[in-house]
Amino acid sequence: MVIPMAIILDHVSHIYEEGTAMEVAALKDVSLTIPDGQFIGLIGHTGSGKSTLVQHLNGLMKPTSGHIYYNGADIHEEGFDKKELRSKVGLVFQYPEHQLFEVDVFSDVCFGPRNMGLDEKEVQLRAYAALKQVGLEDDYFYQSPFDLSGGQKRRAAIAGVLAMKPEVLILDEPTAGLDPKGRDEILDQIAALRDETGITVILVSHSMDDVAKYVDRIVVMNQGGVMYDDEPVNVFRYYKELEAVGLAAPQVTYIMQALKEKGFPVKTDIITIEEAKNEILRALGR
Amino acid sequence: MLRDITLGQYYQTDSVIHRLDPRVKLVATIIFIISLFMVDNVIGYLIAAAFLACMVKISHVPFRFMVKGMKSIVFLLLIAVIFNLFLTPGEPLVTFWKLTVTKEGIRLAAMMAVRLVFLIIGSSLMTLTTTPNNLTDGMEKLMAPLKRLHVPVHEVAMMMSIALRFIPILLEETDKIMKAQIARGADFESGNLIKKVKSLVPLLVPLFISAFRRANDLAMAMEARCYRGGEHRTKMKPLVYHKRDRTAYAVLLAYSMICIYFGRFFKI
Repeated sequence: MVIPMAIILDHVSHIYEEGTAMEVAALKDVSLTIPDGQFIGLIGHTGSGKSTLVQHLNGLMKPTSGHIYYNGADIHEEGFDKKELRSKVGLVFQYPEHQLFEVDVFSDVCFGPRNMGLDEKEVQLRAYAALKQVGLEDDYFYQSPFDLSGGQKRRAAIAGVLAMKPEVLILDEPTAGLDPKGRDEILDQIAALRDETGITVILVSHSMDDVAKYVDRIVVMNQGGVMYDDEPVNVFRYYKELEAVGLAAPQVTYIMQALKEKGFPVKTDIITIEEAKNEILRALGR
Repeated sequence: MLRDITLGQYYQTDSVIHRLDPRVKLVATIIFIISLFMVDNVIGYLIAAAFLACMVKISHVPFRFMVKGMKSIVFLLLIAVIFNLFLTPGEPLVTFWKLTVTKEGIRLAAMMAVRLVFLIIGSSLMTLTTTPNNLTDGMEKLMAPLKRLHVPVHEVAMMMSIALRFIPILLEETDKIMKAQIARGADFESGNLIKKVKSLVPLLVPLFISAFRRANDLAMAMEARCYRGGEHRTKMKPLVYHKRDRTAYAVLLAYSMICIYFGRFFKI
């Protein structure tokens, strides 16, 4: 009987270029449990090892030491089906639009499910559903992916992974380089998708504001190790320590701190604008 | 997977070889290659091997780095050896079907293999110990006399340094796109030849697009900094010969004389 714990990392380390002058330890003894259905924010500044970590989760990279288990099976064991794993653990890379290659958007989204060996009808159904999930209109389906705007390309690329119907969806900085509107739209859609389907989502980011609103749990990475692993509210209590490693709490948390310091009776463990509004109204007695 | 290619990669460490003027290293590599093709007896190859071994030793670059670069030429090496082995006329030794191995064939094949291996190790030693920028600076300086013949030396050097600079970037990009497509279930390894070639489309299309995008950005950045080609350009670090470079030239002269004398004219 396997306890429903999707991914377990057991003392995973990864060292690049081991034994040369360029040796770098990207991951140092990381142990994590990612249960089914959780929405996790993976935070860390550039070079903290978060991208390396997520590439371990679907077996693209092999740890130099330690083990990774998916539903109880060691993914680097002889005979483990990595192709199957990659359809179950969907990974959307940074700037995923750079991987688009087909003549039209629809064919590109079909690439993933077709590689899974599904029949053509199922492939097309999935592609259609995925494109709808990311909110791309029918008009774009048969356009060249290279004619779309940046945000639309990004959606098409995310749809390419969604079409494989993963149980775990990992997004590596899905909002990098998008304008605020595009950013909010994509994040809202991911949150809606998660609420609808109940899949596990891991959102990699360096922006606390991006993730604070959505996730159940935040894992903070620093220099290849896990620094904090807790609910957002608890993690942001350490905002001074976070600043020391080049991160920050959401901006509203700072506002609430400042209000408190000026003698305004508000709680400070506030992480979203909505909560802040309610708290301030409450303090004002309205 | 793609990190295995070391040809044209710099290995950062400190050694006498690293500090040598790039012109010395370029000339040395050329002379070494010429010496390989001049020599035609065992003593000559032993001298070349000893020279190469010394250079590798004092370069502080781990030897396995050069061996890694060799993987990419194994196929070429095999072809050269097989053709020489079977297609050289002479005194027959063994005959398989219509193919005959001759004494001369074995000699030629062995010589070819040794030459190719030494050539690769020698030239990767140069690229492993010289930064691409230094290398093209050296080339530009060495080819400067050709300017009189209206050869666009600076432009050629600039193109080479850009091309060299782009190798690691494009390799990294290839790695990234490959991983992204593997994450979408792409398979680059199994299947027959046609299937394999087809499986490259999802890799090559994004790679070309990204290469063009990068080239465009670079051209724009260069223009924004008023790049106008070679006329009146000064260098931040002009190349100047030091004492160690003159010593290196002396060593090189000694090597080439000894190697060619023993390797070509010395009769056992």
